[in-house]
Amino acid sequence: MRITQGCFSFLPDLTDEQISAQVQYCLEKGWAVNIEFTDDPHPRNTYWEMWGLPMFDLRDAAGIMKELAECRRVYGDRYIRVCGFDSSHGWESVRISFIVNRPKEEPGFRLDRQEVAGRNVRYSTRAYAATRPEGERYGGP
Amino acid sequence: MNDQSITVRGRERYRSGVMEYRRMGYWEPGYEPKDTDVIALFRVTPQDGVDPAEACAAVAGESSTATWTVVWTDRLTAAEKYRAKCYRVDPVPNSPGSYFAYIAYDLDLFEPGSIANLTASIIGNVFGFKPLKALRLEDMRLPVAYVKTFQGPATGIVVERERLDKFGRPLLGATVKPKLGLSGRNYGRVVYEALKGGLDFTKDDENINSQPFMHWRERYLYCMEAVNRAQAATGEIKGSYLNVTAATMEDMYERAEFARGLGSVIIMIDLVIGYTAIQSMAKWARRNDMVLHLHRAGHSTYTRQRNHGVSFRVIAKWMRLAGVDHIHAGTVVGKLEGDPNTTRGYYDICREDFNPTKLEHGVFFDQHWASLNKMMPVASGGIHAGQMHQLLDLLGEDVVLQFGGGTIGHPRGIQAGATANRVALEAMIMARNEGRDYVHEGPEILAKAAKTCTPLREALEVWKDVTFNYESTDSPDFVPTASAAA
Repeated sequence: MRITQGCFSFLPDLTDEQISAQVQYCLEKGWAVNIEFTDDPHPRNTYWEMWGLPMFDLRDAAGIMKELAECRRVYGDRYIRVCGFDSSHGWESVRISFIVNRPKEEPGFRLDRQEVAGRNVRYSTRAYAATRPEGERYGGP
Repeated sequence: MNDQSITVRGRERYRSGVMEYRRMGYWEPGYEPKDTDVIALFRVTPQDGVDPAEACAAVAGESSTATWTVVWTDRLTAAEKYRAKCYRVDPVPNSPGSYFAYIAYDLDLFEPGSIANLTASIIGNVFGFKPLKALRLEDMRLPVAYVKTFQGPATGIVVERERLDKFGRPLLGATVKPKLGLSGRNYGRVVYEALKGGLDFTKDDENINSQPFMHWRERYLYCMEAVNRAQAATGEIKGSYLNVTAATMEDMYERAEFARGLGSVIIMIDLVIGYTAIQSMAKWARRNDMVLHLHRAGHSTYTRQRNHGVSFRVIAKWMRLAGVDHIHAGTVVGKLEGDPNTTRGYYDICREDFNPTKLEHGVFFDQHWASLNKMMPVASGGIHAGQMHQLLDLLGEDVVLQFGGGTIGHPRGIQAGATANRVALEAMIMARNEGRDYVHEGPEILAKAAKTCTPLREALEVWKDVTFNYESTDSPDFVPTASAAA
């Protein structure tokens, strides 16, 4: 399966040139861009690990692309995403987020159903990969 | 027209009998509205022979303190404060016999935080007043002091996006079709296919409640099975607007609680349940971390004709106060009424913290929202993937684009239809962010994306000639004039 979180997951994987253009778009909007990675792609896993702090005063996408290359070198076996944060009043949150790196294999999720009173069902979504400890889930870089 | 006050004062004012409204204190051309006044702008069409100022004063009177005759009991009150004051009357451009009446109401006339009370005054009696041929409430200025007495949208655009983990693009939805007749099991099939194919939301239609072919519990159970299956299949948060509209509040609470118990992120109500029920559900939604979708069922009965009724921009303002998170606000290019400039005005009312006066969009007042949450506008009705560049240009990024027929009607099935829409959207967002002239290059961008996406290619082929070009019945009265520098 292919996890379709983020803004561009239905398109072919972005080239570095395409990623750079999106980063530049964020910077021109005045947003701080950061890089996050995880090996727990559960849809409600909000807090991916941060690759350093958001780059608040960056002007050129090249700075992010350099960090992304480094992050991929270390965590290339995991999901990596780029996020743009808008600090303006009334938003103060993420404006864009898109995946820029995926594990070679994406085993996806198991849906557990617990039958409870009446016909009600309690659902749990579990990433197959997350049954293993963090760092051992996608076979290393 | 906007000359001197002719209000009768002192003892003469209260002599028993009938007196013209404009002499009773409801026509005060010198009045300067206070920052705390509620201001209403009406389009007044008096009966032939009725003086415009008198007609407008009558609207002020009948929507505040007046009755048809002088009453001495006025003298027991601070009557001058409580009288609504028409302070300006302008002829409507290109519309002989109609007038814009600006009327100011003191804040003390209204119960805090109650749309029912606000509307009982402003549109309560006056629309049936005999000396008027027609009357339309065009716009309102709601003072910050009053705005702050309302909860506002239960969730708001930003928190909704955070909860759904979806940023940087419009959300995608589809209304399940056919809107009546599917069993719960078949209904859930449509939901599953559409969500798995790439939509974020599916939606109950306005008239799906609990009917012989599908009891509401069946629908909820199968929809949530579908939602959870699709979440597991994609790794994305998905939702289906479960319509909780019902005959009584008790029924609606029961349905909403069942939806919550099943883990739904969103419920839905219809405008026809009424303002008080809407506010109750908005409070419930805030207490229960639920996004609240409003379908504006019924609104066209009073919003569509330009001479009589209530403009949708006013309904949108009331709904932002009342506290819904989603509101249908038009598509411009789709099958339902929607002039581009007027629709733009609605979208601004939903999404901005401050609306400057913009007559060309039908926005007559500066409106501060005082950090009240933003409402997500929903564009639904006769739109398809081939219009993606126009939709993004006209409606922006914070909107739910609902492709019902444009998903379910895809020749290769619902998943393919959903995928076509999602690919078209992502390709368009990417092109826009790259700085391309996506409005003009839209068809090329879509064609290129379709090279690697067969469903999109098929969608573009099937719906390539579909447009809905009819003249709008509700367009702004003012057009921008080119400035000398332009």
